[in-house]
Amino acid sequence: MWFTQKKKEKFMHFAFFLVAAASVAALFMITLFLFLEGIPIFEKVGFTEFLFGNYWYPTSEPADFGIFPLIIGSLAITIISALISIPLGVMSAIYLAEIASARLREIVKPIIELMASLPSVVIGFFGMVVVAPILQDTFDIATGLNIFNASLMLAFMSVPTICSLSEDAVYNVPVNLKEASLALGATQLETIFKVTLPASISGISTAVILGMSRAIGETMVVLMVAGGAAMVPESIFDPARPLPACIAAEMGEAPYHGDHYYALFAIGIVLFVFTFIFNFVADYISHKYKQTGDATL
Amino acid sequence: MRNSTSAANNLHDHEITTIHERQLQLRPEFKKVFHVKIQKRKKLFQHLFYFLFRLAAFINFAALAIIIYFILSNGLNAITWEFLTKPPVDSMTRGGILPCIIGTVCLSICSVSVAFPVGVFSAIYLNEYAKQGFVLRVIRLCINNLAGVPSVVYGLFGLAFFVIYLEMGVSIIAGALTLGIMTFPVVIGSTEEALKAVPDTYREASTGLGATKLQTILRVVLPTALPGILTGGILGISRAAGETAPVMFTAAVFFSPKLPSGIFSEIMILPYHIYVLATAGTEIEATRELQYGTALVLITLVLSMNLIAIIYRAKLRKKTKI
Repeated sequence: MWFTQKKKEKFMHFAFFLVAAASVAALFMITLFLFLEGIPIFEKVGFTEFLFGNYWYPTSEPADFGIFPLIIGSLAITIISALISIPLGVMSAIYLAEIASARLREIVKPIIELMASLPSVVIGFFGMVVVAPILQDTFDIATGLNIFNASLMLAFMSVPTICSLSEDAVYNVPVNLKEASLALGATQLETIFKVTLPASISGISTAVILGMSRAIGETMVVLMVAGGAAMVPESIFDPARPLPACIAAEMGEAPYHGDHYYALFAIGIVLFVFTFIFNFVADYISHKYKQTGDATL
Repeated sequence: MRNSTSAANNLHDHEITTIHERQLQLRPEFKKVFHVKIQKRKKLFQHLFYFLFRLAAFINFAALAIIIYFILSNGLNAITWEFLTKPPVDSMTRGGILPCIIGTVCLSICSVSVAFPVGVFSAIYLNEYAKQGFVLRVIRLCINNLAGVPSVVYGLFGLAFFVIYLEMGVSIIAGALTLGIMTFPVVIGSTEEALKAVPDTYREASTGLGATKLQTILRVVLPTALPGILTGGILGISRAAGETAPVMFTAAVFFSPKLPSGIFSEIMILPYHIYVLATAGTEIEATRELQYGTALVLITLVLSMNLIAIIYRAKLRKKTKI
């Protein structure tokens, strides 16, 4: 019996730790390979030229690698979709946590979870074949595949994230805070706006940031619906080519270890940095302004 | 009287109370009027905002219903026995989607067999062993970040690392590993929730009987948490089945004449098939029905798995509450 219980315990403890550390390794490997494959493009194109260059013609001779129009496209779509998804998501969260009866809550919450699980390609497909023609007819525009359509579809994708996370935050506000407010003569609406929301604002902001982070990284929807024109958009009915869509659309044709290939990985780095910042801020807010009992308000 | 009420209407709520009190001191006869006016206004606001909140929740529901309705009503015509059991023919303008169904099932099972053990082990470490501190904070931060990395970046990583560097080629195994890394945060989340739901008294009772920590985990905690953990596995499968971007460069191809023969063969999958038919097929309009049909099969697959997981979990939650 050289495998005593004590040794087994120690060994398994170590094994569990090792597997948990795999997430650290995975994140490290992702970062490493993105940079390994992305950095070489900066030998050809300057860093600022790459970020702020106005022309993206990766296959012409000589090729232009300026991703400014792609960044603007991504930001425009993310911001417009946030304008739709934040009010919708937060208001539904308040409805679920504060107004809906327990019975209704048990029905509506799973529906929101189901929304989150719809494959993005199906939403993109819906935007292409159903929403685009409708937009084209009602607004009398050249194409229904544009920033507005993509923002609508993306909003649909980020509402579940925003809603379920903010619902948790609103629901977890201590009851005695609300009761105190009601006892002072405030109406329920006043309690919601002046007590419950301020108390849960850190959770709600985390939810909003994570929702936006999901929107900026979403690929299939913008690939199918945004229209794909690599130019700085002038109105919300112009087509755009956001960062993820550009990678997904062009990776198939980019010759291995060519400039185009490196440039697409460099776009991946930009996207990765964007979402990393979003996640970091969300993590910071949720730790720094953590609601612990009534004392922190 | 008219002046004073309109002034009150324009002021913010907390100022109203002070002015209200002053007015009452000056002219006690207005007491009743004020109360009624303010209360009416507050009530109106409350109704208005409650209506807006309800409306927001309803819009979500309506959007989901509309999407499902469109896919269902247009896709049902396409679903025939042939559609489900034949491969596509005539450069994918007719025929069925059998290779895509098989590919999707293979891919999601393979990827969950990567993600599930890793996720469960990590969750056990995080919930049962780890002590608060720097190491735990770093691991959690990494997991959160992994969950937030855009899916297309996973695709890039899978392409550079699995497909090219490890020379796996475009294959099931490369796609499954990529998707596995992507889905294991989902498994960790559900497993941790399940482990947290196991009451501490169980652990204490087991330790009190002389069991070691490992024995407690293997014989008490895990069996109790098993249903919840399996739910996480189901959610992982459904997530993997619906993803497109990470497998576009690592596992999926436009068209493959053969069914997959092993883990190193390339495959067709449902989500990518929809994308290809809808954007790059030879006849986009003519294959509309096929596209709707494929989308219907995909959402049936994904939503039914999610529904099972959700219902199951709701039952479990009720049980643990008692």
